[in-house]
Amino acid sequence: MNNLVWLIPTFPLLGFTLLLLFGRRLGEPNAGWLATTMVTGSFLSTLCVFLGMAGKTSEERVYEITLFEWIPSGELSVGLGFLADPLSITMALFITGVSALIHMYAIGYMHGDPNFSKFFIYLNLFVFSMLMLVLGDNLLITFLGWEGVGACSYFLISFWHEDPANASAGKKAFVTNRVGDWGFMVAMFLLFFNIGSLKYSDIFSSVIQLDALTQTTATAVVVMLFIGAAGKSAQFPLYLWLPDAMAGPTPVSALIHAATMVTSGVYLLTRMNPVLAEAAGWSSDLIWIIGLFTALFAAAAAVAQNDIKKVLAYSTVSQLGFMFVAVGSGLYVAAIFHMITHAFFKALLFLGAGSVIHGMHEEQDMRKYGALKKAMPITAGTFIIGWLAIAGIPPFSGFWSKDEVLLAAWNENKIAWVLLLIAAIMTAFYMSRLVFMTFFGDKRWAEDEKENHEEDEITPPPENEKKNILNPHESPALMWFPLVALAGLAATAGILNLPFSHNTKYLEKWLEPVLFGNEVHVLASTSTKWLLAVIAIIGATIGVLSASYVYLKKRINPAQIELPILQDAWKFDRSVSNFMGGPGRKIFEVVTWFDETVIDGAVNGAGKLTQNLGTRLRATQTGLIRTYALGMVIGAIAILAYFVSRMGF
Amino acid sequence: MTFAMAIGTEYYLALSALLFTIGAGGLLVRRNPLIMFMCIELMLNAANLAFVSFGKEMNDLGGQLSVLFVLVVAAAEVVIGLAIVVAVMRRRPKASIDEVSVLRG
Repeated sequence: MNNLVWLIPTFPLLGFTLLLLFGRRLGEPNAGWLATTMVTGSFLSTLCVFLGMAGKTSEERVYEITLFEWIPSGELSVGLGFLADPLSITMALFITGVSALIHMYAIGYMHGDPNFSKFFIYLNLFVFSMLMLVLGDNLLITFLGWEGVGACSYFLISFWHEDPANASAGKKAFVTNRVGDWGFMVAMFLLFFNIGSLKYSDIFSSVIQLDALTQTTATAVVVMLFIGAAGKSAQFPLYLWLPDAMAGPTPVSALIHAATMVTSGVYLLTRMNPVLAEAAGWSSDLIWIIGLFTALFAAAAAVAQNDIKKVLAYSTVSQLGFMFVAVGSGLYVAAIFHMITHAFFKALLFLGAGSVIHGMHEEQDMRKYGALKKAMPITAGTFIIGWLAIAGIPPFSGFWSKDEVLLAAWNENKIAWVLLLIAAIMTAFYMSRLVFMTFFGDKRWAEDEKENHEEDEITPPPENEKKNILNPHESPALMWFPLVALAGLAATAGILNLPFSHNTKYLEKWLEPVLFGNEVHVLASTSTKWLLAVIAIIGATIGVLSASYVYLKKRINPAQIELPILQDAWKFDRSVSNFMGGPGRKIFEVVTWFDETVIDGAVNGAGKLTQNLGTRLRATQTGLIRTYALGMVIGAIAILAYFVSRMGF
Repeated sequence: MTFAMAIGTEYYLALSALLFTIGAGGLLVRRNPLIMFMCIELMLNAANLAFVSFGKEMNDLGGQLSVLFVLVVAAAEVVIGLAIVVAVMRRRPKASIDEVSVLRG
């Protein structure tokens, strides 16, 4: 069934094409259903490939198929090919699965939007690009997908581009990603220069068997790849775009900026693990240190945000930091495991937040929420599962994967473990804060609405509209069904990789063929692991309890915790903007001057030269036919004379 | 038959050279477009004659074959050339070729 792999990206591509041609005519909701069907088809074909692969022995699970040669150009020959192996199929499975659910949710969420079908065009194009990214059998195809998801992310962040803030958020994401893309491209150039191929299998075989890369080159490649990964996966200092990316519709935040696209940096580094193994030790250290710093930095910022989506955005940045800690410590399985569980619970949390925003009539400020549990029981119930999962409460999925990441940190450095544990406690704290402020406590919206109500008595609005104002309502089934499905996954995904014995580590065994023995195994004894797990549970509980102490029982004034500097995310974004707007601008002015005088000068100079030469040569074109004829005759005689003289008379 | 054998290839080539020179000379000195056109035809056919003669001399069909190509090219050239000449003549009935120099650089 492996040869079905080409079907996986074909479905969303077909959906994209059909919607592009007939989307407007299909209208709402048919365009959405078409897109959902296509992604579901993609999910089913992934499932087929997965089942076929699962039936084989682990050596036979890597399968390559080249559809055609895309760029045949001398040494560089790039085929449009797919690589189906346990890693790419795992990625494709959760990408298509989560995408299908989010597509369905979006039909409800985007209800009434004037650009309903356009939204699904972008969504399907995104899924196609994301699948190309993970299924490509060489770096260039991956890069194609990489750029595709970046472009779709840009389109979708600025989807409501009538508001200039949304449009500039999209631009910010695009420009920041460009920095990362530069790293990716340099890494590709280096690999091609040293190995002569961009195909993963060629790169791996020459790195592993022929030792084709020197340590210095491998280190340079890894650092460049990490810059690329940091751009796409929002690591410090390139994370800046992700909090702003929340300007897009909520399904986009769930799909692109939480579950799938932002994890592609982790995927890329995991895929390139043989090169990471060749590189000098400090490059791996760099990865986990940046990851750890990002995890702490963003978690602290999340504590003080009031916009429900901003909390989740900083939380995503922080969780991605966790994954990079695992990658840098060489525990790739832990990274992928956390990526999968994170995709489930973070997509769930975002969709839940979207449902709340929907129910509260586009209000995103948590200070105006409260006690929504009764009004939106399904959203609240599923959200609570997502909350427990991300907070790391057993037996929900987040506990198992976060525990693995913490173990990775422990294995690498004890201080790193302590810091990461603090980040985990903060995660539990800010998520509990979010849940308590939204679903529990006092009705803060009711007071607001009462004022409205008093005014309403003077001029009563139509009956149904009045109801809308007063009652935050549960979302339609189209929107809560994906929530329930994701809640089920978020609760149970821990069974993918249970740490109790070697036999229950399904994911680790499954991913073995793609890791080439580069997976680091934690040496700690079983009792130490138990102890660490217990400490992690205690930490999570402390986070939850202290949040309830502050936000439910109100023993401490929240203002003491929500420091202004945290609200401003350590003022980092602001200082970057200030620098770029002030002193940084001078640098650009120098570059502009160079561009305008030297480069434009050279180009324009070449044009002027040709023009002058032409003006002079014009004189020879008299338009007199007999002059031309004479020229030809003289030429013919000259040639004749040359041949005659060669004959040696 | 014997008489025909007596005429050697060199005679044909001489005739060809003569025709070609007449054509080239006419092309250079005459100003009537139609006459110039005929001169070009003359030069082409002089070349044809040379082709055929060499083809016979060297026992190579290539010579005869080239003539066919020349004929096709000449026919095409006549079609376009005459069309231009007719168009020019319609506008200026007595025009000499030197007056048609609007397309100079």
